[in-house]
Amino acid sequence: MNIIVCVKQVPDPETPAVAFKVDATTNKVVPAQGVAPVISPFDAQAVEAALRIKDAQGEGKITVLSMGQASARDAIKHGLAMGADEGVLVSDPSLEDADAFVTAKVLAAAIQKIGDYQLIITGRQAADWDQGVVPSGIAEILDLPSLTVTKSVTATNGSVKVERVLQDGFETVEASLPAVVTVSNELGDPRYPQLRQIMMAARKQVTTYTPADLGLSAADLQPRLKLEKLFVPVNDSKVEIIEGDTPAEQAANLARKLREAKLI
Amino acid sequence: MANENGVLVVGEIHEGAVSGTTAEMLGLARRLVEGGLGGKVSVALLGSGIADHAGEAGPLGADMVYVADDASLAPYQNDAWLPVVESIVKQANPALVLLAQSSIGRDLAPRLAFRLDTGVSMDTVEVKVEAGTPHLTRAAYGGNARAVLSPVKLPALATIKAKAQEPLEPQAGRAAEVVNVAVSGQNIRTKVLGQEKAKAEGVRLEDADVVVSGGRGLGSPDGFQVIEQLASILGGAAGASRAACDLGWYPPSKQVGLTGTTVSPDLYIAVAISGASQHMAGMSGSKNIVAINKDPDANMVKVARFAVVNDYKQVMPPLIEEVKKLKS
Repeated sequence: MNIIVCVKQVPDPETPAVAFKVDATTNKVVPAQGVAPVISPFDAQAVEAALRIKDAQGEGKITVLSMGQASARDAIKHGLAMGADEGVLVSDPSLEDADAFVTAKVLAAAIQKIGDYQLIITGRQAADWDQGVVPSGIAEILDLPSLTVTKSVTATNGSVKVERVLQDGFETVEASLPAVVTVSNELGDPRYPQLRQIMMAARKQVTTYTPADLGLSAADLQPRLKLEKLFVPVNDSKVEIIEGDTPAEQAANLARKLREAKLI
Repeated sequence: MANENGVLVVGEIHEGAVSGTTAEMLGLARRLVEGGLGGKVSVALLGSGIADHAGEAGPLGADMVYVADDASLAPYQNDAWLPVVESIVKQANPALVLLAQSSIGRDLAPRLAFRLDTGVSMDTVEVKVEAGTPHLTRAAYGGNARAVLSPVKLPALATIKAKAQEPLEPQAGRAAEVVNVAVSGQNIRTKVLGQEKAKAEGVRLEDADVVVSGGRGLGSPDGFQVIEQLASILGGAAGASRAACDLGWYPPSKQVGLTGTTVSPDLYIAVAISGASQHMAGMSGSKNIVAINKDPDANMVKVARFAVVNDYKQVMPPLIEEVKKLKS
C-alpha cells in the first residue's frame, strides 16, 4: 500500500514560554535563540502510523510530503530517518504567509502530482497554529472520506479501519480507500531514528516543487483569513504563596484561605 | 451569494438535550446580531429522533430552527452531515456560521469551510464585530499567543471553545420558527462499527464547579488516589494533564487541555502539574487556580491565585483531612 504522510516543521513546542516572542510589527513569531525547529509532534506520530501499516503488510511505499521553507527538508528527513521511503517538499517565497486554505490547496495538488496512493495520514493539528483544518481540506479538495483524531489505524485492501478519539470515549469507523486519516497523541510514541537510519536517510531522495510545478497560479493561492494581529497575552495574576513550617501547616493554611474566599 | 446576514449556529444534542456549548453559541449569536452584525439567529439541529428538541432553541436565543431528523444522521459522520449543513447554510445565508469545538464541530467545520470556499477559525474564544465584519480571536502556539483573524469572504466560519461564552438566561415563552429540512442522497463512504463511551461516574469534568487535576509530577498512577479523594470530598471532578494521560496513568477522556476537555470551574486545583501551555489552554478560564507543586518556578505556580510549594505527597493527606473538617 502506498501512503503519503503530510508533515509540517514548527518552532519547538517545548520552547519555554518565557522564550516565546512575537514581533508586533510583522505579526510573526521571533525564532527562539538556539532552539531548532522540529517536525510537528503529531506529524511524527502520523509517520509512525504509516510505518506500523507498512510493517504489518510487509510492503508498500511511504512518501513524506511537506510545504514550507527550505529548512522544512529537515522535517522530511526526520520522517525518512524513521523509515519512510521518499520525500517531497513544496517551497516558494510566495507561500510564506499561506493560511490553512492555501496550504491544503498546495498539498492536495502535490498529492495529485505524486499520484499513486491509497492512504493519506497527517497529525491531528500542527503544533504551531493548532487548527486541524488542512487535513479535512485536503480530503474535501480530493473528494475523499476523512477520519480525524484517531488512535489506531489499520488498512487492508480497499478499506481503512480506525479508532477515533471522542470527547467521551472512542468509536471504531471504517472507510473506503483512498482516504485521509489524522492521528492524535493517543497513538503512542513515534519510533526514534537510530544513527544508522539517519545516515541512510541522507541518501534518500527529496523532490522539490514550486506551486507553478503543480499547476497552481497566484489566483489559486489567495488566503481566506487575514491575520489582523498576533500577540502574547499578559498574565497579570499575583500568586499568594501559602506559608507554613510543615506541609501539614501549609495544608491547614490553604484550607483556611479557600474557606475565607468561599471556594469550599 | 451576497447579502449574507445574521448567524447560523450548528447545534449539537448530547445525552438528550441541546449541548451546553450550543447554548453558549446561541448566547454569543444573540449578542452579535444585536450588537452590530444584524440579521437573525438561526440554529441547525441534526440527528435521529431529535425533532422534539426544536422547542428548546427559542428560549436560548434562536429565531429560526432548521431541523434535519433522519436515521442517517446518527451517529455523526461527516459524509452524512456535510451536504445537509451545506444546504441549511445556503437557505439561511448567514454572515457567520458557528460550530462547537467538539468531536463533531472540529471534524465538520474544516470540511464545511472548504465546501463553501471560505475560511474557518478553530477553537475561537472571542468574536467581535468591527465595521460590520466578525473578528475572531483564538489561541495559537500552544496557548502562548493569541491571533485575531478576519474573513476575506463571507460567510465566516468559527468553532467556539467550550465555556468561553455565556449562554442567555432561558426565556420560557420565546418561540422560534421551525423549518424541517429534507435529508436524502448523501454519499456516505464511512461506517461506524461501534462506540465505546467512557463510564460517567459522579460529576462530569466539563460541568464541575471544582476540578482537581494531577500531572506527571505525581510520579505514578497511584498518585491519582489523593486527587480523586479530594475531588470527591469537594463534590468535584478529577482530571489529568496530557503528560499523565500519555503515560497511561489516567484515561484520555479525563485529559484537560488543548486536545482534551476544556474546563472553567470556580476552583481548579492543579497538583504536580508544571503548566505546559497546552494544558493551560484547557483550564485558563478557571476562576480560581490553586497550584500544589515542588517547583516554585513552575508556570502553574505563576498563574495561580494560591500556591503551596511542597511535595504533594506531604501536602495532600493533611489537606484532605482539613477540608473534611471544614465540610463537616
